[in-house]
Amino acid sequence: MIDFVRNVRLWFAPEQVREEGSTPDYRFSLANERTFLAWLRTALALIGGGFAVDQFLPDLRWGWRVGLALALLAAGVLCSLRAVNHWVRCERAMRRGEDLPTSRFPALLGVVVAVVAVAMVVVVLAGWEG
Amino acid sequence: MSRGEAGAGAGGAHGRPTAADRDPGLQPERTRLAWRRTTLAGTVAAVLAVRAALHGGASPGTVVACAVCCALWVAFLLVAQRRIVALARSARPAPLSARQATAAVLCAVALAVCAAALVV
Repeated sequence: MIDFVRNVRLWFAPEQVREEGSTPDYRFSLANERTFLAWLRTALALIGGGFAVDQFLPDLRWGWRVGLALALLAAGVLCSLRAVNHWVRCERAMRRGEDLPTSRFPALLGVVVAVVAVAMVVVVLAGWEG
Repeated sequence: MSRGEAGAGAGGAHGRPTAADRDPGLQPERTRLAWRRTTLAGTVAAVLAVRAALHGGASPGTVVACAVCCALWVAFLLVAQRRIVALARSARPAPLSARQATAAVLCAVALAVCAAALVV
């Protein structure tokens, strides 16, 4: 938790990242940037999915619709915050010459997306029956 | 890693990368296209947001939400455009600044908050 707070300070103080260690090969920095952008796209897709559930499933009960939409939106927020946090950690690890940080987040996000997808299938089938 | 040392003089006489100092892996171009793809994803999310805002009729609240979503989209576009210009300027671009990364992420988060306000 304390690590996370220190990372949040680094998001807003790029000079501090730059002071540490030595500048890595520019190609590694660009690869890290593209990974960050891929995660940001995933986050934007989840946010778009939240909007889509709200608009394109109007026959659902209010509770289910809002619940699913908010779950997708929350996943999108989490994913985008994690994107910038992971980017800072990778950038710092490369400057210090350390191993890149490992993360449980991809597995977690995969499970959450699978659960939401199954929930949507159940909800749509139930709505179709009734 | 000897290629990295040629970094300082990259850019050629006209400030554009020349064929000689171009990265064979096309890393700056790939990064530029990644920014374009991300802008496109942001555009889709913003269009869905505007559609959601205007679907329930034009009340003052939805108009404000619509304006905020458009402003966030423009802000993201500006961040992406600045980074794309920086990437195109030299063959050895400087790494992304933390401020730009945070700005891009905050746009996405604010869009999600806007969405939550519209959904509930």
